[in-house]
Amino acid sequence: MTYLRHVLDHLRKDLRLEWRSRDSINGMLFFALLVVIVFSLAFEPTAAESRRIAGGILWVAILFATITALNQAWTREQRNHVLDAQRMAPSPPSTLFLGKVLANMLFVSLVEAVLAPLFIIFYNLHALGNVWLLAAVMPLGTWALVCNGTFFAALGLRTRNRELMLPLVLLPISLPALLAMIQAATGILTAELDPIQIGSWIRLLAGYDLIFTIVCLLLFDTVLSAE
Amino acid sequence: MQQRPQTVSSMQLVGISWFLMTLAVLAIGFRQAIFLSPTDANQGDVGRTFYYHVPTAMLSLLFPYINFAASLAFLYWRRRDPLKALTADALAVTSAEVAVIYSSICLITGSIWGRAVWGIWWTWDPRLTSMLLLWLLYVAYLITRRLSATGQTSTLAAVLSIFAAVDVPIVYMSIRWWRTQHPAPVFGGGPDSGIDKSMMPAFVWNIVAWAAWGIFLCGFRFALERRRQLAEQDAALNALEASLELAQ
Repeated sequence: MTYLRHVLDHLRKDLRLEWRSRDSINGMLFFALLVVIVFSLAFEPTAAESRRIAGGILWVAILFATITALNQAWTREQRNHVLDAQRMAPSPPSTLFLGKVLANMLFVSLVEAVLAPLFIIFYNLHALGNVWLLAAVMPLGTWALVCNGTFFAALGLRTRNRELMLPLVLLPISLPALLAMIQAATGILTAELDPIQIGSWIRLLAGYDLIFTIVCLLLFDTVLSAE
Repeated sequence: MQQRPQTVSSMQLVGISWFLMTLAVLAIGFRQAIFLSPTDANQGDVGRTFYYHVPTAMLSLLFPYINFAASLAFLYWRRRDPLKALTADALAVTSAEVAVIYSSICLITGSIWGRAVWGIWWTWDPRLTSMLLLWLLYVAYLITRRLSATGQTSTLAAVLSIFAAVDVPIVYMSIRWWRTQHPAPVFGGGPDSGIDKSMMPAFVWNIVAWAAWGIFLCGFRFALERRRQLAEQDAALNALEASLELAQ
């Protein structure tokens, strides 16, 4: 129970910080919007074509936006040596991580919620498959990105050029999740995959989330106090 | 300190004889694969790529596990026994580099075979994709080692290695989970798997040869990394002593 309270404390702290500055959400929103616009100018989407590439483009936009925000995720903790204070605090380090992941998850979901309608307008989308399945694919996929991304941003704190390090490491590791997300989302939008295949992609995504969340939680202590 | 040149030279002797043995076995394997083994009925001479592609592919899935085990050992010994931890770290970087080399050879020979038999260099099939992913992961691992500040490299790399190791079973299972364009598993796949008896000598010689070559590379690189670590320790010690003298 105390574990949960610590997680909620960290979450509340992150939400309050973001509420006061609003820099990461604004940055992410504008960046994702730019990516979508650039892609729609580059590909000149027509209805049939756009459905096929829309799943991929949506994820690429969210991925890039997430990376730009995650690069900054720990810098405010580093300022004034807050991270050192966290290291000495009696709460388990994984609560700090979990709180940060939940906060980032909320921010990215918010960006997705704003982006999705715009996306539908720009690409003339109307889904042919079971749209409600997106309610499973989107959170699972976002969690995979945000959980690993937050972890590797913490790992990158100690590297020389961390803005470069995060995508270099995060992209290869998230590729299975990215593949599953894009296949499932495209399958739903085009109704070309049968439900069993979509189901297996979603199961792969859920398994991926489970494994990597556990690995992140177990290893966060090591990363936080690496010297 | 007196004994050190002695042990080094005996280790060198072992290394040189191992290297010569490896060259001999590689030569036998080459002769078996190129001249003695029968030409494949369906694929012709291109089928001989098999003797290089399959052994390197099998070994490129083995070295990541050495890397994984060494990284776990490093994390375990990091605080308990720093000197053992350093050894484990040297083994980790060694096996990661060899894994990159072997998976590169596997991808290149596979690509040559694919061009001849499928008519394309590359296709995004689960086996090929996951193998490329393996290659990317270990390249990212090596880049992280270069990017991080000295002193923290090993811990960060060990953590990353655990993430990369999660992917290795996915590569292994990919041709069992999905029906792919890549040929079905040759060994232990099902009732039709396995190769013809006439192909066996060439295959066995080559897998032994490539394993020996991999072990040689590992040993050589490991010795090099250990020397670098020892030199670093000496330099640190000298700097420490110099600073103490300055204080007096």
